[in-house]
Amino acid sequence: MNNPYLPYPVRVESIITETEDRNLKTIKLVFLNSEDEQKFQYTPGQFAELSVAGEGEIPIGIASSPTEKGFIKFTVNKVGKVSSYIHNMKAGDIMGVRGPLGNWYPWDLLEGKNLVIVGGGFAFTTLRSSIVYMLDPANRPRFGDITVVYGARFPGLLLYKEELAAWEQRDDIRMHITVDGTTDPNWKYNVGFVPAVTKQKAPESENSYAIICGPPIMIKFTLPVLTELGFPPERIISSLEMRMKCGIGICGRCNIGAEYVCKDGPVFTLEQLSRLPNEY
Amino acid sequence: MTEIYIAKDKLPATIGKLMSEHRVYGPVFEGQYHEFVELKAGDEIDLAYQNTRLSPKGLFHPHSEKMCQFSLAKDDPEAGIMKEAPKDYSPRIILGIRPCDAKAFRLDDANFDTPTIKDPWWTQRRATTTLVGLGCNQPCRTCFCTSVGTGPFDPSGLDALLTDVGDGFMLQAVTDKGKRLLSSMSDGEPVPPAVGEEAAALKQSAEAQLGTQFEPKAIAEKDMLELFNASFWDEVQFSCINCGTCTFLCPTCWCFDIQDEVYEAQGDRIRIWDSCMFPLFTLHGSGHNPRNLKLQRVRQRFMHKLKYYQDKYQDGVACVGCGRCVKFCPVNIDIREVARLMSATCVCPA
Amino acid sequence: MQGYTERIQEAARRLLVDKQVDVVIGFRKGTVPLMNEPFLAKNVDQVRQLYWDGNCGMNLANYLPKRTDRIGIVAKGCDSRNIVIHLLEYQIKREQLYILGAPCRGMIDRRRILASLEGKDPSSAEEKDGVIKVVGSDFEVTLDRQEYLQENCSICIHRNPVIFDELLGEPVPEQQNVDRYPDVNQVEAMSPEQRWVYFENLTKTCIRCYACRNACPLCFCPTCFVDESRPQWIGKSIDPTDTRTFHFLRAYHVAGRCTDCGSCERSCPVGIKMRQFTKKMEKDIKELYGYEAGVIADQRPPLDTYRPDDPQQFIK
Repeated sequence: MNNPYLPYPVRVESIITETEDRNLKTIKLVFLNSEDEQKFQYTPGQFAELSVAGEGEIPIGIASSPTEKGFIKFTVNKVGKVSSYIHNMKAGDIMGVRGPLGNWYPWDLLEGKNLVIVGGGFAFTTLRSSIVYMLDPANRPRFGDITVVYGARFPGLLLYKEELAAWEQRDDIRMHITVDGTTDPNWKYNVGFVPAVTKQKAPESENSYAIICGPPIMIKFTLPVLTELGFPPERIISSLEMRMKCGIGICGRCNIGAEYVCKDGPVFTLEQLSRLPNEY
Repeated sequence: MTEIYIAKDKLPATIGKLMSEHRVYGPVFEGQYHEFVELKAGDEIDLAYQNTRLSPKGLFHPHSEKMCQFSLAKDDPEAGIMKEAPKDYSPRIILGIRPCDAKAFRLDDANFDTPTIKDPWWTQRRATTTLVGLGCNQPCRTCFCTSVGTGPFDPSGLDALLTDVGDGFMLQAVTDKGKRLLSSMSDGEPVPPAVGEEAAALKQSAEAQLGTQFEPKAIAEKDMLELFNASFWDEVQFSCINCGTCTFLCPTCWCFDIQDEVYEAQGDRIRIWDSCMFPLFTLHGSGHNPRNLKLQRVRQRFMHKLKYYQDKYQDGVACVGCGRCVKFCPVNIDIREVARLMSATCVCPA
Repeated sequence: MQGYTERIQEAARRLLVDKQVDVVIGFRKGTVPLMNEPFLAKNVDQVRQLYWDGNCGMNLANYLPKRTDRIGIVAKGCDSRNIVIHLLEYQIKREQLYILGAPCRGMIDRRRILASLEGKDPSSAEEKDGVIKVVGSDFEVTLDRQEYLQENCSICIHRNPVIFDELLGEPVPEQQNVDRYPDVNQVEAMSPEQRWVYFENLTKTCIRCYACRNACPLCFCPTCFVDESRPQWIGKSIDPTDTRTFHFLRAYHVAGRCTDCGSCERSCPVGIKMRQFTKKMEKDIKELYGYEAGVIADQRPPLDTYRPDDPQQFIK
């Protein structure tokens, strides 16, 4: 019988430091068995459990897009036992991946729509997956205007800096990169908190969905901006974090009300969240 | 064959014969209380027991379960790769389980045996185990099975049901598994009509004794957020010491933690019982804890058992009224009282 | 002690009405025989639920750490000694507390009473004039209170509160010539192999529910050592070595602070006699340092102080 707790073995191909404070690293993983890669069919928005034998497992959003073949990427924040161990891993090391887990951004609903993506800090991982997915030539025609507001406290803390700069140059996506503040005289982009920049750029809410991922404080102040711009709760989408262990809705710990964040989420609309207890 | 009679003096031989062909588990008194053990020659099964201290959920979902194993030896090419751990699924018979505990397994199935994901160890143990229940002639004062959708003679979780009629047992098959078991038992006698009547009378008397102590339907009909924000949680939570007694003794509590345990160059990934009562249960790596306060954790347990489970599966409450939490909570928090508070007509803040 | 219920209610009412306290911590009558539930009375209406009898064994000092309000609290001898330890360890401030001292003749042992009924299910157990009448649907037994005291109560030598703002009753005579350590002496007389088997058996049924730790007023660490992950000190499963380590280490952590209130044994769902660990600690501390936890208000537990003349014959 299939054991959903058994991870696929993977090899670390590279691990690079994303941020100036060295707290975020992007790890690129390759499946040891090609049939495992076939089984790991994922959709942007999903996560996986990264497994290190002897240390444990952690639930991390998938940062790569399914349009990128031959590898999967995760950006890991160093907060505890397993993430610290992963940060110290080297190319060639063996670990495990279980997944893909969770639900995904509602791509069927997003067909033909405009998208406003708002991200803050290191919550940008599944948003990268989504942007790479949408910008792929096979997918771009399916979507309308794409507007992105992404900010961090200062330039060194932005993820995927080179890709951000490249997207900013494109004309099929409107990038608004911002930082809370900077002393860099060569900073080319915006300066201001994400909620303020979102309000300033005032993306169109007509025929639009908003996807928002970020620290609680950013979400708290951006939601009123989106609401004022005309986004109703059922068209504001968010991805939640929770302490998880099994990731498949069995160990019981990640519930909000009757929903498991790992199985019924982590993607929820604001409308769904408004019907759940405020315990997350 | 669907029903047989076994005289009490013939029971040991009957059990002995079952033991020669299956692994048989029965309630045995050890130390201070009864527990289900795999019977060996000479073990004394006690079918006059009330109930085991720990629920028999441990027979399907043990406290510690090896999930995978791995080597960490430097020269091992497979080091760091998780491997399956071998398990024994040879057929088992659980003899004398109470109907409430057996019904609990049906409620747990909703969690472990879903359309999309199946827990391999729970489901395979369930498939290879025959549950022979024992009806409760004399329910305890802390029992309230009839209030939560089961009963002292409820066959719904069982493969076969024993009724103690004094000089012997009536054994009735409930499922095909039960029928197969009875067919394999050559030493049963036909059931005398008086025994059948006696069994029916015992069932009626036990159910009448239990009565109805609260209405889970009333809780199902309430608005989830209204219950969540009710003011009575503050009073309910004060005495709680956030230990794991209720969750570990409860047959419908299944939450677990996953731990890697390493010894020199090899290790196991194990799962162990965990409890929503423990502060660490929902602690994020960032340090944020959505259930930082005891009130939130106490509320979570009762909301999950009596409300969220009803909403999610439309199959009643995640409670079978076994009464273990009522008997053994060190501070006497009584789920029946909490259920009454939750089902009361007005939950407006005081 | 029967009269305490009225005295507690009267005092609580007075303290709340006069606004001397914000809340009163006591017990209310339980829903099953031989149990009471710790209860927080927040207003005068709730005062009538306050209750006292011989089933008030849990240590109410457990509910004090981290509270910031003014609290009236009922305290037996052992509870009051734990309050002293709380004060010494900065878990609560003296000015927050109004202590209703309850001189105690001992709490009764529910587990032993139920075991003596051999499976019969009681509907009520009432205590009066030194006897406990246990009644069920088809039986009635009368038990001598003294025979069924909780074990720590039967050897208690501090039945009167050591710190209080008012007493709920006349002080009771302290028990004299009590040998507190026959069980410890028995284990001390064992060979190492025998001791190993003794402690193996003592903890083999532990399910790591932590009721003992959580019922104990002394266990207030924000993160208990069992929950640390960097480094992880012990495993969390019921592996016997990890389980024994938990019990031994916890006993050492409460050494010199434990008042033998018995809440740990009372709360254990599988009936482990874990005072067998803490009694040894208590005996050693008494012999080495002449100290009893919480009896003298300004005397710190010996393991958190250093004196140049501290005994050190155990350092080899």
